[in-house]
Amino acid sequence: MSGRKIGEVILDLKNITLRFGGVTALEDISFDVREHEVRAIIGPNGAGKSSMLNVINGVYRPQEGDIILRGEHHANMDSYGAAKAGLARTFQNIALFKGMSVLDNIMTGRNLKMKANLLQQAVWFGPAQREELEHREKVEEIIDFLEIQHIRKTPVGRLPYGLQKRVDLARALAMEPQILLLDEPMAGMNVEEKQDMSRFILDVNDQFGTTVVLIEHDMGVVMDISDRVVVLDYGKKIGDGTPDEVRANPDVISAYLGASH
Amino acid sequence: MAFFLETLLGGLMSGMLYSLVALGFVLIYKASGVFNFAQGAMVLFAALSMARFSEWIPQWLGMENLFLANLLAFVVSVAVMFVVAWLIERLVLRHLVNQEGATLLMATLGIAYFLDGVGQTIFGSDIYKIDVGMPKEPVFLLESIFQGGILINKEDFIAAFVSAMLVVALSIFFQKTSTGRALRAVADDHQAAQSIGIPLNRIWVIVWCVAGITALVAGIIWGSKLGAQFSLSTVALRALPVVILGGLTSIPGAIIGGLIIGVGEKLSEVFLGPYVGGGIEIWFAYMLALIFLLFRPQGLFGEKIIDRV
Repeated sequence: MSGRKIGEVILDLKNITLRFGGVTALEDISFDVREHEVRAIIGPNGAGKSSMLNVINGVYRPQEGDIILRGEHHANMDSYGAAKAGLARTFQNIALFKGMSVLDNIMTGRNLKMKANLLQQAVWFGPAQREELEHREKVEEIIDFLEIQHIRKTPVGRLPYGLQKRVDLARALAMEPQILLLDEPMAGMNVEEKQDMSRFILDVNDQFGTTVVLIEHDMGVVMDISDRVVVLDYGKKIGDGTPDEVRANPDVISAYLGASH
Repeated sequence: MAFFLETLLGGLMSGMLYSLVALGFVLIYKASGVFNFAQGAMVLFAALSMARFSEWIPQWLGMENLFLANLLAFVVSVAVMFVVAWLIERLVLRHLVNQEGATLLMATLGIAYFLDGVGQTIFGSDIYKIDVGMPKEPVFLLESIFQGGILINKEDFIAAFVSAMLVVALSIFFQKTSTGRALRAVADDHQAAQSIGIPLNRIWVIVWCVAGITALVAGIIWGSKLGAQFSLSTVALRALPVVILGGLTSIPGAIIGGLIIGVGEKLSEVFLGPYVGGGIEIWFAYMLALIFLLFRPQGLFGEKIIDRV
């Protein structure tokens, strides 16, 4: 890895508690994310990883706790607000716009950056067209970056799973986010696809300086690409630290291997 | 042959109007999953607004020019429909996000009755004239090929042409502009659309506005034929079979479904009517819709709904 420098705390989660009726999905969880780092959240099935990501992204609002993003409180934002605050995400079950081409899907990621009003768009020529071309250029860069030039015009519904995941990442990147949230970016992939995806994540982090928060099931991959790792189990935080620290943590070992105490 | 062509053209032209109303249904359904029973009430409301403002504006301004009066009335009516769309989103839909389909359906039924009533309170409940200067006299086409030519109603022809232009313009808008793209994105996946920073509420206002404009155009066309009156609100019910036939989620489906039903109605009335008795035109569309519901519930172009169990 090149000269990327891990900076100050950019996202700070304090005592987050999230309940669904009687079920406590997250219990008093605190951790922080530093600028430019790759931060992983791991844990067995049902540990609350996705809930955690959904809290950061504003899909769920925690009953207790605070989310501090660049020094500002954000516990009550919705996912539109999160997008405006510079958070982009991908989805575990891929939530692409299936009827649209790869290019159009990625272009939707530029929506917040587009300024032409409805009237200008209706006329199309002039500002709206100029703007469209500008954003198109940026999108083409991302397409090159993720090596998906050959499928630009293909409707995403027809793509194989691994490529869809990549388009999902491309759409998130098109938002030029400060923080990128990845929900199991490698789930269901074969080894080769996993390697490609790991490489892309590291490249994004390295070249654009994007802070990455990722959830992953596959311990091996996570340990290789993350700077720091949070471990959740049954909605509680059981470990936090560098991959090596986490690997040596007895609680983490027992959660993953199911060893009895 | 000439007679057949004449019937076919007549069917296509009335079908185009069905498409226009069906488009209103499809747009709202796609973007928000709401089946908008108020579409017919919107047609009536828009027609009344157009009829009355084209009468009031010349009185207020003391002018004679019919064209200018109609133009002003049109602009005002567009504004009125935008306000209606905005209010519906603000006061009703926003609070019912993620509710059951039946709840939303009942809400739009409520909106329909409300609009019907309020429209007549504000604009009056008589039959009002909409005169946008459409020529009434028929023309004859292809006189050199067929004896006597093919008779076409000029008014129908202009109406069909205007509807077709509107449909084309909307399709281009949805395909080419960033708002159109955002709209298609919302139609595909609310959650994902929101997470990439597409404001759902704004998109909903926009679709209801567009649906309002299609209602206004349909209202003006039907209103100038039948007069702006209460029965216009049932006109939209004629577009229901179109939506079932074409598929609730498909814009091309709405257009082609409209044409099929328009043509089917006219042809069956003329060619089957003598054998089974008249009046086929009235129930043909519903019969066709019923058959589709039995054998292909998603319609010609709709998405097959597969639920994960």
